[in-house]
Amino acid sequence: MARAVTTRRKMTFTIIGWAIGFVIFFPILWTFLTSFKTEGTAIATPPQFLFFDWTIENYHEVQSRSNYMKHVTNSVVISVGSTLIGLALAIPAAWAMAFSPTKRTKDVLMWMLSTKMMPPVGVLVPLYLIFRDWGLLDTRLGLVGILTMINLPIIVWMLYTYFKEIPGEILEAARMDGASLMKEIVYVLTPMAVPGIASTMLLNIILAWNEAFWTLNLSAANAAPLTAFIASYSSPEGLFWAKLSAASTMAIAPILIMGWFSQKQLVRGLTFGAVK
Amino acid sequence: MGSITLQKVSKSFGTTSVIPEIDLEINDGEFVVFVGPSGCGKSTLLRMIAGLEDLSGGRIIIDGKDMSNEAPAKRGLSMVFQSYALYPHMSVYGNIAFPLKMDGQDKTAIDKKVKDAAHILNLTNYLDRRPGQLSGGQRQRVAIGRAIVRQPKAFLFDEPLSNLDAALRGNMRLEISDLHHQLATTMIYVTHDQVEAMTMADKIVVLNAGRIEQVGSPLELYRNPRNVFVAGFIGSPRMNLIEGQEAARQNAVTLGVRPEHVRISKTEGVWKGIVGVTEHLGSDTFIHVQADGVGKVTVRTDGDFAAEHGQPVFLTPESARLHRFDADGQAI
Repeated sequence: MARAVTTRRKMTFTIIGWAIGFVIFFPILWTFLTSFKTEGTAIATPPQFLFFDWTIENYHEVQSRSNYMKHVTNSVVISVGSTLIGLALAIPAAWAMAFSPTKRTKDVLMWMLSTKMMPPVGVLVPLYLIFRDWGLLDTRLGLVGILTMINLPIIVWMLYTYFKEIPGEILEAARMDGASLMKEIVYVLTPMAVPGIASTMLLNIILAWNEAFWTLNLSAANAAPLTAFIASYSSPEGLFWAKLSAASTMAIAPILIMGWFSQKQLVRGLTFGAVK
Repeated sequence: MGSITLQKVSKSFGTTSVIPEIDLEINDGEFVVFVGPSGCGKSTLLRMIAGLEDLSGGRIIIDGKDMSNEAPAKRGLSMVFQSYALYPHMSVYGNIAFPLKMDGQDKTAIDKKVKDAAHILNLTNYLDRRPGQLSGGQRQRVAIGRAIVRQPKAFLFDEPLSNLDAALRGNMRLEISDLHHQLATTMIYVTHDQVEAMTMADKIVVLNAGRIEQVGSPLELYRNPRNVFVAGFIGSPRMNLIEGQEAARQNAVTLGVRPEHVRISKTEGVWKGIVGVTEHLGSDTFIHVQADGVGKVTVRTDGDFAAEHGQPVFLTPESARLHRFDADGQAI
């Protein structure tokens, strides 16, 4: 039986919902607001919320001090590149595990996931040395490689859950209808899996875009993505909150806009399998 | 042509044998129903015929050719799945046209065949719709349409009506039987519903734990069940199976009598009993009686018979219609 929902109840939950949403969003909003303040107002007590002298001085400063476009390009190359390579490796893997499972499939999946549980700092030194010896330090190629490997388990898992949702009978029907394996993949499987592949791709681009540990430790100037760009405003010259905020806003803006336009896909991707 | 012969066909998963060796002959144009409780191997057997499941042993011969190791599509069979298995991203037209497209036929030929099939199945107005926009019965018809355009040697149906509600199931049963008469193609139909088996089949194959218990026409199985399993499985309500003294008196271990072959009276009879639950169906009434020394007996009588809970009654089985079974459950 449906529970009776009173208007008052609805209002209360709506208000609580918005309040929680606001709390979660607040740091981003505050960063955004701070980026339009002078360094003085940025650290003023009590903090000024909306009524201060808005300035875009910080953005000018950040633009002139560092090469924003270079970092953006690096971020795009690294996140999109690692995602595409990851998908190319993960699609056949997830495919095989979903449609032709063996006794060990579950173990393999768990093993893949377990690699995500290891603290990355534990392998930082060996990986750093490998990168140094192979000449991969501060190269886009190196970062694409490391991010591909780091996110591969998640891509495989997401795709696996998606493929599992495709009923086996439909593939069998295609086989009965005379489709070869290739035609089965092209005409039946791929069209049905496209939403899954798309949301996996979007989510993974976001993860790779925001990844900071490896990008900060394995890049310096040439391959540094936006994470390094933000970091460069935090330490050396003391704390410049306003400039740091401007840099942060510029760094998250592209991915935020992308996420905004693809939120329907993303939510579907994250809840897929959980709700039907 | 569409004759199918199974020779010593068997299937095991690892060390578990699901189907021990089975021999079966299906003639061209026959409507054969595989019936049995769930887990009896009927769907597995059908999938082996389709080529979706490998054989562990034996041969499958279709129209005189050994097809045991051929790919599903090469066998010239069409299958209708329980879940319909329609392609959700294609229109009804696309679904029905798919096998023809895979066959590499030209567009005009495909168009004609799809429209003919749609006409037969009353789908002409729905050709542009997606499967998601159709009702259960319509989806089932699309699945059948996709099967008939290939003009297969035989149709394989895997519990096609089990997802439909009772009323629709009755209609679709008639439609499939009708289609069988129109096309005169071999059909193999898997179900756990003995009513479907009885009403549609030319020949019923009763399966239990992977073994064939009996093969025969519906009435043969109804009148002369070879063993207790078939006796209990075919017929609704179930045949009364009586054990103990009453059976021993008739020189049997188990005595079977169908509910319609037991006369009920308020005054006289062989067995005395007390009325339990009464089910009024209008045309018939099923009365469940607890008979002294016999056990529970279901009686089918006409719709007007009035019986109240707890009322004493007398039952008389028709002696000519008694089924006697030995200790192994085989008919004597």
